[in-house]
Amino acid sequence: MSIFEYNGSALVAMVGKNCFAIASDRRLGVQLQTIATDFQRISKIHDRLFLGLSGLATDAQTLYQRLVFRHKLYQLREERDMKPETFANLVSAILYEKRFGPYFCQPVIAGLGDEDKPFICTMDSIGAKELAKDFVVAGTASESLYGACESMFKDDMEPEELFETVSQALLSSVDRDCLSGWGGHVYVVTPTEVKERILKGRMD
Amino acid sequence: MSKAVVELPPKGGFNFDLCRRNEMLLKKGASPPSFRKTGTTIVGLIYQEGVILGADTRATAGSIVCDKNCEKIHYMAPNIYCCGAGTAADTEAVTDMVSSQLQLHRYHTSRESRVATALTLLKSHLFNYQGYVQAALVLGGVDVTGPHLHMIYPHGSTDALPFATMGSGSLAAMAVFESKYCEGLNKEEGINLVCEAICAGIFNDLGSGSNVDICVITKGHKEYLRNYRVPNTRAHFSSKEFTFPKKTEVLLTKIVPLREKIEVTEDGDAMEE
Repeated sequence: MSIFEYNGSALVAMVGKNCFAIASDRRLGVQLQTIATDFQRISKIHDRLFLGLSGLATDAQTLYQRLVFRHKLYQLREERDMKPETFANLVSAILYEKRFGPYFCQPVIAGLGDEDKPFICTMDSIGAKELAKDFVVAGTASESLYGACESMFKDDMEPEELFETVSQALLSSVDRDCLSGWGGHVYVVTPTEVKERILKGRMD
Repeated sequence: MSKAVVELPPKGGFNFDLCRRNEMLLKKGASPPSFRKTGTTIVGLIYQEGVILGADTRATAGSIVCDKNCEKIHYMAPNIYCCGAGTAADTEAVTDMVSSQLQLHRYHTSRESRVATALTLLKSHLFNYQGYVQAALVLGGVDVTGPHLHMIYPHGSTDALPFATMGSGSLAAMAVFESKYCEGLNKEEGINLVCEAICAGIFNDLGSGSNVDICVITKGHKEYLRNYRVPNTRAHFSSKEFTFPKKTEVLLTKIVPLREKIEVTEDGDAMEE
């Protein structure tokens, strides 16, 4: 059993036209037993930057707290929010620091950068960044997610269409993974608003 | 009185805090995750006017392709580039670190960086970690002493060669080089040869794929040709797009409008004296 399969997770982020969507499943389990069906995997760092953490839930929570701490220090020093690219570098450095005893987490970072250009990025557990122009996936359902996103993704989708695509890709992929599911949690972020939606999915 | 432990920002270098916990998990049967590797074919050759480096663009996590177009030719200095194979995080971190050290050295000495400097910095770092930092590199550049090409192995040994290949596709690429390389190639011949070698890796090695990146470095000038050749475009686009007539069922929607940025104009009244 891989340490990544202890809690189970599914995360996906997709780029649209001047907007992005980041979505996760809602299950928290201990191997095959489900202990929560409303687990928050995606957290807000600031209004235009979201972080999703898949993998071992305890490391995800610790890593999230450390990153929020570093971002708050940055806000105090620089009197502004961190750009998504800078934040991705910060996460990468924090993960690589633990190269020989890593956090068992795979982050998915999504944000709106300068001129409202969407930015998405994922990393492996030691901080190797993967910047993509279309979509990034993480978690136990990642193989199904790769397939679903590869076929459903289109360039320059409007926010409503992007929401629909991300939701369908997420729900169809977690249906093929025992360790993730129990609904979905989708954030669609445009320059003017953040729409958070909870999806109804199969509860098995 | 309670002792508050304040976590200071780290001072740099590796942190081994979680090693004991991870070993305990390993003993309990939880195997560690696979890191992203760059299966890779990376090559370099010296031609008439300088150095040409080439690389494929596939990154794998286990047997899944996680990035179809990643960058494996890393910037070290304006006249030095380095291709990396092995664990992706290690190659990126080690090349970024040495690139910063070279920049500081340039500020210190007010001179163009030399390839030998980059070589020594890389090999001593890798040797220090006894091969645990799994980065296999092909370093190439042109400095005042001429064009240089080196291979750096994960344990810290180096080779200086007129043509070099590394990575899982190195045998396929080396076969091309050994049969077609000669000294004094011109730019076009050099680029074609590098492209052929990378394509041999892309088509014959499963760990390499997608496109060819090329970097040409000459005295005082460099050309980074990202996606020079794209031999694997997606041909199977279905004309019928995905439409979802039956919408996803939503249980709860929460809309948070983002604060508008307030523009401060200079129209205000002057302060009273």
